[in-house]
Amino acid sequence: MTSQTSLRETESYNFAYLDEQTKRMLRRAILKALAVPGYQVPFASREMPMPYGWGTGGVQVSAACLTPEDRLKVIDQGADDTTNAVSIRKFFQRTAGVEVTEATTGATLIQTRHRIPETPLTEDQILVYQVPIPEPLRFLEPRETETRRMHALEEYGLMHVKLYEDIARHGEITNSYAWPVMAEGRYVMTPSPIPKFDNPKLSDNPAVQLFGAGREARIHALPPYTKVVSLDFEDHPFVASKADHACDICGSHESYLDEVITDDQGGRMFVCSDTDFCGTRSAALAAERG
Amino acid sequence: MYVAVKGGERAIDNAHAWLAEERRGDTAVAELSVAQIREQLKLSVDRVMAEGSLFDPDLAALAIKQARGDLIEAIFLIRAYRTTLPRFGATLPVETATMAVIRRVSATFRDVPGGQVLGPTFDYTHRLLDFALAAEGLNPPEAAGASPEGLDSVPHVMGFLNREGLIEEAGAGDEVPPDLTREALELPANRALRLQALARGDEGFLLSLAYSTQRGYGNTHAFVGELRIGQVVVEAEIPELGFSVEIGEVELSECETVNQFGGSKTEPPQFTRGYGLVFGQSERKALSMSLVDRALRWKELGESHNPAPARDEEFVLSHCDNIQATGFLEHIKLPHYVDFQSELELIRRLRAAATPEQEEE
Repeated sequence: MTSQTSLRETESYNFAYLDEQTKRMLRRAILKALAVPGYQVPFASREMPMPYGWGTGGVQVSAACLTPEDRLKVIDQGADDTTNAVSIRKFFQRTAGVEVTEATTGATLIQTRHRIPETPLTEDQILVYQVPIPEPLRFLEPRETETRRMHALEEYGLMHVKLYEDIARHGEITNSYAWPVMAEGRYVMTPSPIPKFDNPKLSDNPAVQLFGAGREARIHALPPYTKVVSLDFEDHPFVASKADHACDICGSHESYLDEVITDDQGGRMFVCSDTDFCGTRSAALAAERG
Repeated sequence: MYVAVKGGERAIDNAHAWLAEERRGDTAVAELSVAQIREQLKLSVDRVMAEGSLFDPDLAALAIKQARGDLIEAIFLIRAYRTTLPRFGATLPVETATMAVIRRVSATFRDVPGGQVLGPTFDYTHRLLDFALAAEGLNPPEAAGASPEGLDSVPHVMGFLNREGLIEEAGAGDEVPPDLTREALELPANRALRLQALARGDEGFLLSLAYSTQRGYGNTHAFVGELRIGQVVVEAEIPELGFSVEIGEVELSECETVNQFGGSKTEPPQFTRGYGLVFGQSERKALSMSLVDRALRWKELGESHNPAPARDEEFVLSHCDNIQATGFLEHIKLPHYVDFQSELELIRRLRAAATPEQEEE
């Protein structure tokens, strides 16, 4: 792709690709979602120039929030250089011409898939999640008509039975990601498939958290400082877990780790999934050592 | 020492360059033109227009070329383009009774006013590979009796049945149908919305569902009252003028089925209708659509509950769109390292608890 064609594409589409009417529709849905934390707001999801499942919901939400002054960060699995993160970042560079960054602290809008950055967010930031299945009850009840009714009546018994049965059969709740949460004491919602390690970061977060599901045409949200509780039982409390190692690159004990296979002899190592966190920490340590 | 995998951007650029080269194939072989695809692969073009929900044979042919013949990929290209187009307004309902038919068959009556017209059909071809086609430059002999202009204004066969009151009335609804591409699908859907979803639904999915009803999963015993293919005029009302003007023509396949119906608590015994309408020459799709339409109407006709897949509105409408389906299916090849890592840890923990004697390292 030459710079000349990039320029042309920027000019032939509206800022951030979507037309202004569509963005207004999205913003109305986002505002409604923020007003009712955890409630899934239907919206007229558009066909985007990338496939459903690649983050079309997140991309639409980001497009509706972006301004020319924004600085965008895109991560997938915690990393800025995963192929689809690269592709989405490039999409907004082409269609919105916004500045991009890999630094969590330098971004005003972060689009993510499957992780919450390790570095705490601030009130000046928006975190946009890509969501495959926005309905936390979907695998217990496949019908949308039923699950909407269950949410309306706050009928969450089925979910508690599922969690109980896990404990009865396995001794613990077997969700390891997309652990369901209660938003502000009313709606059970999915935090999208983030590892349960990330769940505590959902609560009382100063940033605006928006969840976009394109194929399912739903947006849900957590306004800043929303109380978010991971579902559990008094005698089986929720535990945010991760691999019991330190990062083999930066040495952090606090970050979520990816396991990397290094050879065919069973060799493996553990590294931070958040590449910006790992890089920043390694650089700081190197500077200390002089 | 582990080095974090970098270079996603270069990998993507290289993949795109390779794809472009593969798309062209051997450059010693002449390149396909869009016009060739439009003229000679018409049924592919028609499918892309139908499921892409955009009537434009040239763009559909271009999409097929760009997609290397992968029709679902081509449909996706058309959908993504269509969604960026401005809406000027809605046309008037097309009048299929005035269709210039090139094909028109009825399975319910031996002879019908206007006659049966086989048209350009595969129906009675013997499926023998025609090796003469492998030799290029041979034009087929001119078809005798072919009228590419079509017959004008042949009456609908279903109308004859209706005179006796044997078939349910097809109510002329005045309400503006909802637009699936501008509003999120909400269930239960009305028939207009269902038909809209089916019209852009995947041909293969609808074919299998329709087939399942024939084999007993839902039991729609359908007769083809009429299947017609041809051009219809599209008119739009211009507010400044105060009257409608012709803005173009589209080719449509329309299928009306007649179905046995023994009556219910609310309806007397009568024949009932299934309806299919698709862009282009897509009669397999039009037939399938009309069977699935009829199967989905069980509730409004007061039929007893029968949990067949084709009668389940939520199941059918949630899964008939191949762009949604293929996107979600194929996304599982994207990275899931983080989720998988959390699953790994869980499985190790559960195994350690289940087999305490075999210590995990």
